Amino acid sequence: MHRSSEVKHVASYLNTRGCECFGQPCESHCPVLTDRTIHVQLKTFIKIRVKPDRTGVVTDGVKHSMNPFCEIAVEEAIKLKEKKLVKEVVAVSCGPQQVQETIRTALAMGADRGIHVEVSGKDYETLGPLQVSKIFAALAKKEQADLIILGKQAIDDDCNQTGQMTAALLDWPQGTFASEMTLEADKLKVVREVDGGLETIKIKLPAVVTADLRLNTPRYATLPNIMKAKKKKIANVKPADLGVDVCSRLEVLKVDEPPQRQAGVKVETVDDLVGKLKEAGRV
Amino acid sequence: MIYVENQCAGLHYCYSSSKCPRPTPHALVIVSIRGPSPSLSGGGTLKKLKCLTIFGLWIFLLRLHLQIKDAHLWESLKSRKEQYRPKVQFNWRDALDLEGQLTEEEIMIRDSFRTYCQEKLMPRILMANRNEHFHREILNEMGELGVLGPTIQGYGCAGTSYVAYGLIAREVERVDSGYRSVMSVQSSLVMHPINAYGTEAQKQKYLPKLARGEILGCFGLTEPNHGSDPGGMDTKAKYNPSSRTYTISGAKTWITNSPYADICVVWAKCEDGRVRGFVLERGMEGLSTPKIEGKFSLRASATGMILMDEVEVPEENLLPHVSGLAGPFGCLNNARYGIAWGALGAAEFCFHAARQYTLDRIQFGVPLARNQLIQKKMADMLTEITIGLQSCLQLGRLIDQKKYTPEMISMLKRNSCGKALDMARQARDMLGGNGIADEYHIIRHVMNLEAVNTYEGTHDIHALILGRAITGLQSFTVGK
Repeated sequence: MHRSSEVKHVASYLNTRGCECFGQPCESHCPVLTDRTIHVQLKTFIKIRVKPDRTGVVTDGVKHSMNPFCEIAVEEAIKLKEKKLVKEVVAVSCGPQQVQETIRTALAMGADRGIHVEVSGKDYETLGPLQVSKIFAALAKKEQADLIILGKQAIDDDCNQTGQMTAALLDWPQGTFASEMTLEADKLKVVREVDGGLETIKIKLPAVVTADLRLNTPRYATLPNIMKAKKKKIANVKPADLGVDVCSRLEVLKVDEPPQRQAGVKVETVDDLVGKLKEAGRV
Repeated sequence: MIYVENQCAGLHYCYSSSKCPRPTPHALVIVSIRGPSPSLSGGGTLKKLKCLTIFGLWIFLLRLHLQIKDAHLWESLKSRKEQYRPKVQFNWRDALDLEGQLTEEEIMIRDSFRTYCQEKLMPRILMANRNEHFHREILNEMGELGVLGPTIQGYGCAGTSYVAYGLIAREVERVDSGYRSVMSVQSSLVMHPINAYGTEAQKQKYLPKLARGEILGCFGLTEPNHGSDPGGMDTKAKYNPSSRTYTISGAKTWITNSPYADICVVWAKCEDGRVRGFVLERGMEGLSTPKIEGKFSLRASATGMILMDEVEVPEENLLPHVSGLAGPFGCLNNARYGIAWGALGAAEFCFHAARQYTLDRIQFGVPLARNQLIQKKMADMLTEITIGLQSCLQLGRLIDQKKYTPEMISMLKRNSCGKALDMARQARDMLGGNGIADEYHIIRHVMNLEAVNTYEGTHDIHALILGRAITGLQSFTVGK
């Protein structure tokens, strides 16, 4: 059962300065292991409110769920496993206790086991792509993963950095914005969605791939799988155990709501329009 | 860390001064106080006052310092009280925190299925209802998700709790009662009797396919002349020892799924006067399932009759482990429990839709929701839904513990359906003229809930069941 791939946008509601990640991008791993990190992001139909102290957005009591691009990444890993091209799919997420729910969802979709990297409190609020990619790089080496699949970006901060940074830290090739992925012997053929169209590249494993919208349509977690997921293991790891310092190099100075939309101006003719545009310095 | 000691009160304050190891202004203040240390026990009131004033001044300066230099520490000290007592907010969507009473698994099942219902079923329902089109494929989709016969153990079924079944029913009925009827019939009225009363061979033959939605089933109990009184049924089953078959003749009506069903679980009266269940298969000679036209309720689900004209049914198709009305009632109770949850799902949809509409619609310069009559209606809806869900949850837990009785289920089916119908009507009224347009969906729920209130035991019949349980006196029949 596959879901319609509808990406709901939260990021357009806020103008955040600096990197304010509420979760971590996805990553999955193949042949021996497939790691996957799930991005935990705010449910989109809740009205987003800026905190009174303007350091961020209110997240208390707001239901968090898996990032849509991460769901696509999980689906791709499970598809590879179903085709018997990979042995194990591991779902990884960094954050406080509640990310375990999201890891369970990945397990319910078909991942074999989960890893929960515990980051909570102030560390979690300032957790950004750099720290996350360091964690992933360390985990990848530890688990001896061969492929990491992540969502291309998180829909609450739209950073689009973790996949690329992870590849750089590991010195692995990367196939970002993948809309198609085929495993051919020890090489990975990735069709990337770029501004000019589609680009096909062949990269050697081990590699990092970030999932774009059209890669696949994620399945719904079926009841029997949800019940099996209870028995699957989620390991607990701390960043310190991996030798990673989660201290942020960035400081959020201010978070503001977008400016109120001003009323438009009606013009009579095209010349008026051009005139007004010139006045505003837009043309 | 610098330890600052106040000689006056003997208190310690420490703060992180990683950036600034030099003595801070208030430290200098301390130094000046330290001269002759006044003792609180010996000195007079004036000395005490002086001490306290200086102490107070010092506290003020310390606070100021923290606010300026170490905002993070200040915030954490300030909010420490709040950390231990987080403010509880009233959530009108879940007023008594039903969420907190569910297990993680139940929440995951509900969330996954809710997403499917909203993404796949909601877009279809408008036209399906308008054109009276039954989407047979939803059975296959639900089968893939494993939500058919969810409480059955084995045979390709999920084997989950009754609470999860209730949550599933609520999510489907939030979209449409017709879809939930289809699911209830398949799970509780076809799969359940085969599982509870059938032979192992029958279970192996039918259950996995029913679970996947490959075959569709229907439940034949009600007759044109026997609705609330199934015991008086006219459908007869005659045993033929020579061919080891039963010959069944009769008519059943108001049978959900029957025009498209592959198998029918039919209840017929045998020669010994006992009611027994038989599995009839499409293609059997003499079996026909015409559709009932002109239905203005549950239009998205196909309803028809089961006409049996001397249908020869092999004896392997008899459900052997039950006889008498306990059989059909056992199934109906199973379905009624799902309906108790489901009706509240429909009511929730109507409540949320009416709330949004009245917030958006401006009349006389204010949203409709500003008006007292509207708010009273919404308050009533909120209360009934919240209380109803709590009772359904308790019932589900009791069923899982096998501590339930049929009267409990009767009570909640009656309550949920009656209240939901009323709420849907109120919600329709709140939408005014737009309320009669199917694009706003509420009128569809109003139509559907008329049937839901009636089938599986009418509102009044359940009242009589409860009345009998309360008083010990039956009031179904006269003269007894």
